[in-house]
Amino acid sequence: MNLRRLKALSKKEFKHILRDIRMLSILLIFPVFLLIVFGYAVRFDVENINLAVKDNDKSQLSSDFIKSFIHSKYFSFTKLIEKDADVKIVLDEKQAQCVLIIPAGFARDFYSNKNVNVQFLLDGVDGNTATVIYGYAQTATASFNNALTEKNLLRAGIKQLKPLDVRPTLWFNPDLKTTRFLIPGLIGMILIISGVVSVSLSLVREKEKGTIEQINVSPISSLELLVGKSLPYFLLALFDAALILVAGYYIFDVAVKGSMILLIFSTVIFIACAIALGIFISVLSNSQQVAFTVATFTSLLPSVILSGFIFPIESMPLPIQIISNITPVKFYIVTLRAIMLRGAGLSAFWQQWVYMLLFTSTLLTLAAIRFTKQMKNN
Amino acid sequence: MSGNAIEVKNLTKKFGKFVSVDSINFSVKQGEIFGFLGANGAGKSTTIRMLCGILEPTSGDAFVAGYSVKTEPDSIKRNIGYMSQRFSLYDDLSIEENIEFFGGVYGLEGKKLIERKDWVLESAQLTGKETTLTGLLPGGIKQRLALGVAVIHQPPIVFLDEPTSGVDPISRRSFWELIHILSGEGCTVVVTTHYLEEAEYCGNIILMDAGKIVAEGTSSALKAQYIQHPVFEIETDSPVELMEKIEKAPFTVEISLFGNKMHLAAQDTFSTVSEIGSALEKFGAKNILRIDRIVPTLEDVFIALVDKKGK
Repeated sequence: MNLRRLKALSKKEFKHILRDIRMLSILLIFPVFLLIVFGYAVRFDVENINLAVKDNDKSQLSSDFIKSFIHSKYFSFTKLIEKDADVKIVLDEKQAQCVLIIPAGFARDFYSNKNVNVQFLLDGVDGNTATVIYGYAQTATASFNNALTEKNLLRAGIKQLKPLDVRPTLWFNPDLKTTRFLIPGLIGMILIISGVVSVSLSLVREKEKGTIEQINVSPISSLELLVGKSLPYFLLALFDAALILVAGYYIFDVAVKGSMILLIFSTVIFIACAIALGIFISVLSNSQQVAFTVATFTSLLPSVILSGFIFPIESMPLPIQIISNITPVKFYIVTLRAIMLRGAGLSAFWQQWVYMLLFTSTLLTLAAIRFTKQMKNN
Repeated sequence: MSGNAIEVKNLTKKFGKFVSVDSINFSVKQGEIFGFLGANGAGKSTTIRMLCGILEPTSGDAFVAGYSVKTEPDSIKRNIGYMSQRFSLYDDLSIEENIEFFGGVYGLEGKKLIERKDWVLESAQLTGKETTLTGLLPGGIKQRLALGVAVIHQPPIVFLDEPTSGVDPISRRSFWELIHILSGEGCTVVVTTHYLEEAEYCGNIILMDAGKIVAEGTSSALKAQYIQHPVFEIETDSPVELMEKIEKAPFTVEISLFGNKMHLAAQDTFSTVSEIGSALEKFGAKNILRIDRIVPTLEDVFIALVDKKGK
């Protein structure tokens, strides 16, 4: 490795990047765009659920019950349904996500200690959301029940006994915010896409234009070429990572709980993975078009679907769980979540480092073998 | 190496079953302009690539600046310059940035780099245009810049692979002036071309066909050796017709077509324009606009050689 040659290569590559609008946008605008889209648009938090009510009782009690729903931050009242037939229309036309139907004689039955059945209709198209709404409805009903029972018992002079009282405390993400869960995955996804796409394009471009030939006859070695050309992308990817972290902190209130040094080290290792993949693709492809397609496909899809970024790997069937190991993003996300959200130390994720290093060295070796072969035989 | 910059010994390259270069031998003297001629696919580029150390020979060996292409390709790379028609510098970098990049690649820096940069700019006549994007330069000037950049580290040997292909004739001539300047400074220049008239600028020439060397020597020696008959250039309105007519004529040794002109190598008894003119007339040739006795070109040599092989 000759430092002067490395410097010349890196300097040249930086100039290419600065003059190439397409490359610049992959590296700088794309991450910001993704961050905003994912940060604001992708939310699993179910809030402001549209609730319609059909109150057949119209008593003080039924109106209190309805209020107990509406006063929680989860439900927002949209409509009071008058006719039975309208219930179907409201759900069909998506005017409300759920309808609460209070039967006639609700208050009467309640005070005469009979069981009261309240109907709760849910739009079940989005199963996830429906489950969450169902949970909220149950919680709202239970606390309404409790409050009433307590009042009744007190009136009878009996102090209520709670045999078991579960009090959950949420660790690491106390207010269950989606962004906190998403930001580490987002960093992983952005880094791998920008890293893989830009590196693969930059090497293939030299092949396509024939300038690689001039490099080959020069004293630059394959290793110097790969390292020298990748270095600028490496630094830009680190800059991207920092950008997302800062944005995550100021816009989405996601702070890094654990060691910043571990975070930087993990990121460096991960970017090496992305660059190794980019190099590998560029060695295999002969045109920028092919490289771009393969790079986007291999970096984007697995990092969204198989990495645990959005869909938990634990709930995938076993074969898919095994396949999920093809993407280094999976391992980086585990590491990042451990550091950022849990503040965990190296003992919690050193295996992920080992995997990422293995991934990098395997791909680089394969790429180097293939590259050397290509250069000798064409 | 006794004054030879390049020494080639039984150099062979096979791609699968296809023999691209077939056990060739030749040597190039220090400081000469050495021409490498042949049609596309004759094995010129493959040979050059082996000599540059980027393509491993299947068998045989060659010594470039004293280093073996088989065992010391890295030493060769430090001692040669290379430029091909495929090499067009980096279009999105400025002239200066291209020069500085390749200077850096060959380890130039500081005062030396500035000195060489000025030399390259001057030889490409681009002084004062350092910040122009290379992609905006016309082909001929770009090639000159490319040549300057290829020799920025003052290598003892420079390989030029079809350097002037696709460049207009005037630019080609000024490009060759630059080659002569290099040669004058003691640099050995190996150049491949399929423009046969360019070979006249070279010292020694080898002619390759189907992976083999079919002729070698200086341009005049080659002409003397292969063209022993007087050659006439005949201009006509209907060249194909005329060619068919006189192909089998008793005075014809060889005939080849160059656009609306044809070169006729005639039997030795026909040495003047009037002699061949009357012979043609007797043979019933019509529409002849002009006849000149010409000095045979390498093109005639080349066609004669390739024809001989075909027969």
